[in-house]
Amino acid sequence: MTWEPFPEDDDLSAGERHEPGLAASFRSVPGGAAAFFEQPQAGVIRSLVSQVAELVSADAEAAGEADNLEAELGLSSHAEPPDDPVLARLLPDAYSGDPKAAAEFRRYTEETLRSGKVASAQVVLASLPPGGGEVRLSEPECQQWLRALNDVRLALSVRLGITDEDEDLTEQLAADDPRSAYLWVYQWLAYLQDSLLEALT
Amino acid sequence: MTDEKSVLDAPWVTVVWNDPVNLMNYVTYVFQRVFGYPKAKAEKLMLDVHHKGKAVVSSGTREAMERDAETLHGYGLWATVSHDS
Repeated sequence: MTWEPFPEDDDLSAGERHEPGLAASFRSVPGGAAAFFEQPQAGVIRSLVSQVAELVSADAEAAGEADNLEAELGLSSHAEPPDDPVLARLLPDAYSGDPKAAAEFRRYTEETLRSGKVASAQVVLASLPPGGGEVRLSEPECQQWLRALNDVRLALSVRLGITDEDEDLTEQLAADDPRSAYLWVYQWLAYLQDSLLEALT
Repeated sequence: MTDEKSVLDAPWVTVVWNDPVNLMNYVTYVFQRVFGYPKAKAEKLMLDVHHKGKAVVSSGTREAMERDAETLHGYGLWATVSHDS
């Protein structure tokens, strides 16, 4: 687990050199939370949330076509952990060292887990205007945002190769490494998720 | 403890594993919300996960533990079900 990676003034200013003004955060309002997003911020979140939803649902649709009866019964034809490491992290095995039990669990739960993640993503996309602006969330919407932001962070962490919470990737990635921009987005999303938690508690 | 009966009587458990991504206050929040634990208990479990690499967060029947693991996966936590601790 990790502490929120910033804000510390140094980090914030370093980040702002890459992505001006990306430090939107939530505040508590009666019945939920609110935040103001500039257009680029809204665009980044919408893009990443959509990508996670597509990743989670595209694979599920392919499985459904392979066996419509199983899909209708809410069963997954997936018994193996996903090959894509991002999907493997979002849809983890529930039994370690017992592939048979893990496969059985996956068959009965994976479709529900996938559709729950897509539903969270859809709440974010429905509440965050593409052009940005003030976003005011009810408490149930906050719950979906928390999950969707967390899923995006999990996905980014796999793509960025974050395996150690103490490791400082900012020092390891070359300036021209395309991942360096996403590292800053990853940190910002942690800050945003943290602000949403603070607003709720 | 190798006696078969004691193994059968041992409860199933849900284990949450440490990872470098989930925020500590998010994990605490999820434990409070999913299990209804008071904040102090949720924080202690979160710190156990953080410092020891994993923690048993609930125990009971296998079916109940599978439901807990499924719920925790919904929140993005890495949870497994086992019968051995």
